[in-house]
Amino acid sequence: MAATAHIDFIAAAYAAAVITVGGLIAWVMLDYRAQRRALADLEMHGITRRSEAMRSGTAMQQAEEEA
Amino acid sequence: MAVIDLANPSRFLTLANRTIPWLGGVTLIAFAFGINQAMIAPDDYQQGATVKIMFLHVPSAWLGMLGWGLMTVAALGTLVWRHPLADVTAKAAAPIGAAFTLLCLVTGSLWGRPEWGTYWVWDARLTSELILFLLYLGVIALWRTVEDPSRAARAVAILTLVGAIDLPVIKFSVEWWNTLHQGSSVFRLGGSTIYPTILIPLFLMAAAFTLLFVTLLLAAMRNEILRRRVRTLRLMQASATS
Repeated sequence: MAATAHIDFIAAAYAAAVITVGGLIAWVMLDYRAQRRALADLEMHGITRRSEAMRSGTAMQQAEEEA
Repeated sequence: MAVIDLANPSRFLTLANRTIPWLGGVTLIAFAFGINQAMIAPDDYQQGATVKIMFLHVPSAWLGMLGWGLMTVAALGTLVWRHPLADVTAKAAAPIGAAFTLLCLVTGSLWGRPEWGTYWVWDARLTSELILFLLYLGVIALWRTVEDPSRAARAVAILTLVGAIDLPVIKFSVEWWNTLHQGSSVFRLGGSTIYPTILIPLFLMAAAFTLLFVTLLLAAMRNEILRRRVRTLRLMQASATS
């Protein structure tokens, strides 16, 4: 029967799909984690975006002190 | 939130953070349903059980082309409107589109061996699809070659617009040339030639794959925005210390 004759090709195709989709999901998740870690590391060293610093009030306070 | 507000990367990040978990959940449900329907679908009278490979191959082919189509629109956004998210979209879509194009080639090859007796022929449809994959690799390489993202975006946009010529070639290759690959059987004048017992699982799998594509694209765009923030902050740090 055709199903048993070609089951290896079907299984290989689905395995390829699992590997491709799994690889994409892993890439996106690991990249997200790496970028978050890099941002957190920079913020820990006091390097923040101006808009975020303003939001947190730090820059605002600095500006007031300078004034 | 108005659509124009999404031009702001911070607002886009807020929206992406909210929607990605939901989209992920819906994608999972769609795949559970689609795979179930694909597995219980009857064998094709000619292809036999190998028709099950089509439930992967056809959506992958569509999404590989959709990815480049999206990048083409994004290229126009970069060159004409200088939309802040246009090159972010183009960069995020490239590896995802490449992966789906590769999956299309691999699954097509695995279907071809039992049905055609060969893994590969230099047929117009197969060759134009391979060219699309090579174009994706070219775009990914170009993004990595030019360090400044805005300069890279312009170069990539031009390559993307040139590469878009391949999309109609892929679509109409089966009509323009005498190919081993079959002609259009889903979207064609006069209706689909596929019987509903196979067509419905095919559409369900296509919907699941499309949801996956959108989820991955949003997540990759979020990563790219964060990467650019990291780059800016590192430049600030370097200039502060020098």
